[in-house]
Formats: sequence, C-alpha cells, structure tokens
Amino acid sequence: MTAITNYFKSLILVELFRGLVLTGKYFFRKKITVQYPEEKTPMSPRFRGLHAQRRYPNGEERCIACKLCEAVCPALAITIDLEERDDGTRRTTRYDIDLTKCIFCGFCEESCPVDAIVETRHFEYHGENRDDLYMTKEKLLAVGDKMEKQIAADRAADAPFR
Amino acid sequence: MVNIEIDGKQLEVTEGAMVIEAADDAGIYIPRFCYHKKLSIAANCRMCLIDVEKVGKALPACATPVTDGMKISTRSEKAIEAQKSVMEFLLINHPLDCPICDQGGECELQDIAMGYGSDVSIYSEQKRVVESKNFGPLISGDMTRCIHCTRCVRFGEEVAGIKELGATGRGEHMEIGTYVQLSLSSEMSGNVIDLCPVGALTAKPSRFTARAWEMVQHKSIAPHDCMGSNILLHTFRNQVVRVVPKENEEINETWLADRDRFSYEGLNSDERLTVPMVKTDGQWQEVDWDTALQKAVGGISKLLSEQGGEQLGAIASPNMTVEELFLLQKMMRSVGSGNVDHRIGQIDFTDQDDEPVFPWLGQSIQDLENNDAVLLVGCNARHDQPIAGHRIRKAELDGARIMAVNPVDYDFNFPLAAKKIVSPAKLLQELGGILKALAATSNITLPTGLVALVINITIDDTHEKIARELNEANNASVILGLDAFAHPRFADLRAIANQIAVLSSSKLCYLSNGSNSVGAALSGAVPHRGPAGDTSALKGKTVADMFADKLAGYILLGVEAELDCAASAAASEALKQAQFVVSMSAFCNEQVKEYADVLLPIAPFSETSGTFVNAEGRWQSFEGAVAPLGETRPGWKVLRVLGNLFECTDFDYVTSREILDEVQTLTANTPLNNDMPWRCPASLVIDAQGFESIVDRPIYAGDCLVRRAGSLQDVAQKHQFAIRVNQNVATHAGLAEGEQAMAKKDNVELTLPVVIDERVPDDGVLVPSYLSHGSTTGEVTLSRV
Repeated sequence: MTAITNYFKSLILVELFRGLVLTGKYFFRKKITVQYPEEKTPMSPRFRGLHAQRRYPNGEERCIACKLCEAVCPALAITIDLEERDDGTRRTTRYDIDLTKCIFCGFCEESCPVDAIVETRHFEYHGENRDDLYMTKEKLLAVGDKMEKQIAADRAADAPFR
Repeated sequence: MVNIEIDGKQLEVTEGAMVIEAADDAGIYIPRFCYHKKLSIAANCRMCLIDVEKVGKALPACATPVTDGMKISTRSEKAIEAQKSVMEFLLINHPLDCPICDQGGECELQDIAMGYGSDVSIYSEQKRVVESKNFGPLISGDMTRCIHCTRCVRFGEEVAGIKELGATGRGEHMEIGTYVQLSLSSEMSGNVIDLCPVGALTAKPSRFTARAWEMVQHKSIAPHDCMGSNILLHTFRNQVVRVVPKENEEINETWLADRDRFSYEGLNSDERLTVPMVKTDGQWQEVDWDTALQKAVGGISKLLSEQGGEQLGAIASPNMTVEELFLLQKMMRSVGSGNVDHRIGQIDFTDQDDEPVFPWLGQSIQDLENNDAVLLVGCNARHDQPIAGHRIRKAELDGARIMAVNPVDYDFNFPLAAKKIVSPAKLLQELGGILKALAATSNITLPTGLVALVINITIDDTHEKIARELNEANNASVILGLDAFAHPRFADLRAIANQIAVLSSSKLCYLSNGSNSVGAALSGAVPHRGPAGDTSALKGKTVADMFADKLAGYILLGVEAELDCAASAAASEALKQAQFVVSMSAFCNEQVKEYADVLLPIAPFSETSGTFVNAEGRWQSFEGAVAPLGETRPGWKVLRVLGNLFECTDFDYVTSREILDEVQTLTANTPLNNDMPWRCPASLVIDAQGFESIVDRPIYAGDCLVRRAGSLQDVAQKHQFAIRVNQNVATHAGLAEGEQAMAKKDNVELTLPVVIDERVPDDGVLVPSYLSHGSTTGEVTLSRV
C-alpha cells in the first residue's frame, strides 16, 4: 500500500513543492545583511578565538607550568619551558603557541587547572609573516591583559555549565 | 606449602608468606602504599584491605599471613568498599596540587585514586598544611603531600642504617622529618625519592625540569664504582635530566647510590669540552676534527721517530669502557710502546707479574651478604662502593662479624666486631700481628721467611679476635679496598692479606678503583700484560714509572691526572715538562689546558655505546642515551681513527660491538681466580717519623664526572677539603679547629683549614689526595699560617 502511495506522490512531485514552499518563505521574508565589520553577529561566550594568558587580580600570572595543555594539544602547537622562580613557585620561562599549527579545538583551555590559558572571542587578527602568528608568553599575556574584562565575564557566564 | 585461593585462582604458596606476596607472585593486583618488598611490614596505610572468607572485617593483605584453605577476594564488594573508604581518608589531607607536583604522572596516589577515589569530594573542612622541610641539596620535601606510609623512615632504619627521618606527633599532627634540622647524609639517601609513593620527597636537582610523560627512558650502567649498578637514564630534549635505578636483584636490588643517581648533572656542565682544540704558540684554538687529529698524530709521530716508543705513555681512567681501553692499548702497542696503564690509584707495582689477571671480588655481589666474617683492609666500602657496603651491612645484620684494619676510623653503617685504626705505615705490622695470631691459634706453620718478620710483633686482643673470627667462620672474606691499592707497599700488604686469607680459608677479594678496573685489566690496558693476561704482549712502564721517569709525550684518556692519580703531584710535574700531551676527555679544566697540546672531546658514558665489567666479572653493555654534545665523538671512534692514521693493522672496526666481540673472544677462557704465589716481603716495618699523611678521598671527588655534579658538590661542602687531625695531634702541633694551616710534604705545600676529626689515628694527618708526591704516605709537617 505504501509503495503505491509513494509512487503516486512521486508522480505529482509532492517533495519538490514542499521544498519550494520553504524557498518561497525565505524569498518573501525580510532580509538580514550584517554589515561586517561595522556590524557583527551575536557570539557565544564559549567562542574559541585567539588565545590569551590570564593573570590573577593582583597581577600574578596564573600559569603554573603544569604542561597539561602541552600534553593534550593534538596539533603539538604548544611549547613550554619552566623553572623554579626565586620565590619557590613553578613558573614558565617560555610559553609558545604556534597559531599556524593550532586547530582551535579548545582542549588547552579545558585541561587548564587554573584557567590560565583561554581562547577569547577575538578572531580578527592577522599576521604578515609566520612570526606574527607565533604567540609567545609576552604576547599572550598582553592579549589577556587587554581582554580580561570580557574573558572574566565569559567564564562567569559559562560557569553554571562547567 | 599451603593452598589458598585468591579471586577464584588456586595458588600454592610458601607457608608464612603474606597474602600480598602471594598475590604479587600470581600477578593479582592489590593496591598499596606502605608495603615495599625490600622493607619491613608496617601495615599503616590500610590500602591493601582484602576480604577473607569467614573473617568479619577486611584484613590488610600485607600483614596477613596465608593459612591453608584461605579464600581471599580482592575485588568483592566488601574489599572494594574498604579500599575506597581508605582512599577517601587518604585524600582528605592530600593537597590537590598535582599540576605543580613533580610526581604528577608517575604518582602511586594519583594512579590508585583513579581506580579507587570518587570524583567529587564531600570534605569541605580545612585541609592540613605542613611546613616544607629542607633535607639538603638532593631531596626536596613538600611534607603537606605526605600520606605517612613511613617507607622513608623504614628505609633509613633498615637499609641506609642511619635513623635520619622519623615521625613526630600522632594522628592528624603526625609529621615526617629529621629530628634535628639536618639534611640527609646517607650515601644512599636518594632512594627515598623512589620509595615515596607521593610527591612529598622528590629529587631537588631535577625539580621542575620535565614531566614524567615527556622523558624517554634508556637502560645504562652506573659509571662510578666497580659494582656496575643498573640504571635508567631519563632524557628530555637530548639531555639526561634524571637517573633512577633499574632493578637487578643480583647487583643493586632496587637501590642506587647517590653518586650514581645525581652525577648526571656533570654531563650538562659548562666544563664540557665540545670542540676539538689545539694549542699553537701557547694559544688555544677551536679547530675541526681533521686538523686536531692531524696535529695529534703529527706530534706523536715526530716524538716516536725522534725518541722511540719508550718516551710515549698512555694513561687511561678506569672509568672508560672496555672498547676504548682495548683500542688504546692496541694502538699503543702497534706504534711500539707498552706504556699503557689504568691503575691510577696505585703506587706500588712490585708484584704485578704475579697478580691475578684482574682484581676479582672473589665471589658474586649477592654472595657478599652470605659471609660470616669479613675483614676490611684499607677499605671504606660504604663510601667507595655503596652497593657493596650495603651487602656487607646485610651480612652484619644476619650475624656476620665485620672487622677492619683501616687508616681512618670510617663511619660504617654497621658495628665493627674489631678494628685496628693505624696510619698506613703501621698497616703492615697490624696485618702481620693478625697473621701471627692466626698461626698461633690454629697451629699452622707460617710460610718461609715470614716467621722472622713477625717475630717482633706483639699480638694483642684485637689481633687474636680478628684471627679467631676469621678462623671460626665458614664463609669469610678479606677485602682489599682503595686505601690498600694506594698503599706505598701494596705488594707486601697484598702478600700478607693473601696469606691471612689462605691460612683462615677465607676468600681474598678486591674492591677496585673506578667502574671498569676489571674490564681494563682484561682488555690489556696494563703495561705488563696484553688482553686476557697475555704475557707475550709488548711490555712497558707502569703509571708510577711513567710519571717518575718524565716521558716526552703522554696520551690521557678520560683522566685529569692532577686530581685522579694517587701520585698527583708527580703527575702534574711530569705532564708540565712533557713536549707533547694529547688529552681525550669529555671535560676540560685550566690545569689540563696548561699542559696539553691537543684536546679531543670524547663522549661520556651517556653518549656512547660501551661495556663495563664489574668486580664480580659481569660484562654489562650499554648504548648511548643522547646524541654526543657539540662536536664530541664516541671515544672508540676517535681511537679507531687515530689507529688508522698511525696505520695500525686490524683496526677497521665499524661498530663498538665488533671490538667487544674481539675482546670477549680473547678473554673467553680467563678464569675467575685471585690466587697468587707466596712472595715474602722484605720487611713489615716502614720508617715513619712525625705525622704521617693519610690520603683523603672525599666521596664526591673520585672522577671527572662527579666533580662537576653541582648538587653532589653542595653535599660534599660538609666534607670540604681540609686538613683533618685528631685532638691529640692538633694540640701537639698547636692547631685549633677552623684555623688555616699549612701541610707540607716533600716539596708540595697546601694551605687549608684545620678540622678536628677523631676518626684519624694519633700519628696521622688526613690530607686531600693532591698532596701526594710519588708516594701516598710520608711525613707531613704542619704549621700554623
């Protein structure tokens, strides 16, 4: 019985018209054009853009050089060197992310026990050579310092789901 | 044997064994923290709780002996619940600082928490915090992480023999620490790092260098003493960053001496020689290998053609590999010189033609602990060969009587049943006394000539006691150590010691210098014999004669003669006057630069393949763990090329394995035998006036690698270079502790602080080795500065 119904349905092109109804709906709806870069689409607080290193409110860098992000990074984009700082704490002497290798999976952020490495909403960066896309510790901390307000707000917004 | 059942598996186990041992043998895993197979049972962590049929409560597997018909479950609901509860208790006070903990990734607590811990903590009260303690330059103590398993405490009591760590307080207030604010001083203290199941005790030198998962592990052999401890080198970014023991029940069990564990720091020292260098008109220049080798060969060839082979000498360190030593002697003998020697810690070579082919331990290392009586002659096994010292201590714990005839009252970690502490000049007399007592008690006639020598010696109680103990023991050893080798009348000393061994049916044993003295002797790096004791090989001068006769040219292999040789003052004098000196070494210092003409950088043990033969005659080969630093090349390759440039025959080795095969074929039939024909000493009296010099061998100054290991040197600060005398001598010479004094022997002067040390005998002065001038003993004059 179904086979017969389907046969007739295909003869009178039911699927085609259903599709055209959807097309028609959008055809007559009001158009939205985002005037990028003047206008932007809304963004999730979980957006995974450019990386940043955060600090505590007292200015102390968060990263403790545990190397979990380096271990978890599937693209092997992170390189860390560390030392025992004079005050006895464990700190990085080098924290590099090669953005040309990075796949923006967000694993580094997820593995970080102190929320030091984060991915920000910033995605509109560029580089004129490879070096520009090689993020060193200083560059990452600078991004963090600049965007801390938003980073903190995003973490707070996402906190109930973590 | 009893029959038990663990998790449904039928097992036959020795009676009296603990359940955990039975389970381990059967490959059934039971989680544990405090249990360690080499330590006593404490049963205080409770992690190994198991469910035994017909027993109400869960029982600790480590402290429950097996009984016939026992039915055990390690995975039943009751067992798992008990284990999980224990885990919860252990984690209450353990900080969540795994990300900054060096143990993270190789932590027993972390591993077991993955299996038995819960994911959410219901504990919201305050956690305990304990102040971190300073245990010295080798061990870092983050005591908040401690779970009180007491493995480290038991190690100190049972293995190291020094009760340095202990627990104070009870329950929540229990703390592990040193009773007084002292750092750990045991020569095996590093083992607590391996024992600690958490990150409370970690290695300070490798603190925060690399994570467990980043390091690559390579098997190797420890390069400092004749035990040949098995080690694992952990490398990270082409550097050795950590050394841990590799378990070998026959040699080092699960332990490792601090010297072997921390000497790796020297491998990365600034004093590494990384580029070949030549001296032109007094100026050092870095050059490529071709130029350096051409210069070396040119200089030596000129010397050979002008002055002949007798004017060229080669001195090798006993820490070099069999392959390197074999090629060195082969090259030297091919160019017409038999002057090749590795016995840098020895001065007297009179009996060398009669001596055994190699200085054998006389037994296996494992058998050392089965001795009933041991006589140490000029031997500080605890510092010089810590693994042998540990075996001797085990023998003592088992009831053996350990006795010593030593120039210094060394701090052994076991009690001595009898001891004679005399200056080197009187050592022979004391041994003669023991021999006389031995003959008297057992009515044996002494060999010819000896009666006349011992006739004037009066026997005292100690002599008699030593003689009696050796005689009564079924299994006794007379061990000659490094002080004996360095004795100015070593031949006579050995003859008497050998006679004591023969008369008391004991074994004569040698604990030789460096990691490969045995291998060096077997591969022919001695002037009187070729490989495997071949007496037909070209003969030459001993190391002592090479320095005394002031040759025209020297080849040094891994030796810093002015520091390593027993006759160090004579060595540096001879080297300074030499026309041409080639130094092949991984390191370089200012003194070497003064006398050498060509410096060839060769790879240390971690960067080359090679073989060491330990005191018991065990051949152990290893591979390089990291690539040679800079322009450094493996020693055997450099020697092979030198051999080719000298146009030596049969010098076309492609791998180090080929060299080893050749040495092993030659030495295949060399017997393990320490027997020597009787050779009567001319006299047992050594003229001595005033204070006699005794050579001090600080534990961390023995070879060029350990001298550059920073943390070990920090430890050695405690035993800094000093003039050590006892109170009597100090009073007599008008010296006081801490004052600067000048020690003068022959023409060598040395100004150092005075340390009052009651271990030194009444007529002796303990001085650093580089005061020795030809002889290790002799009169020292002391004066205040």
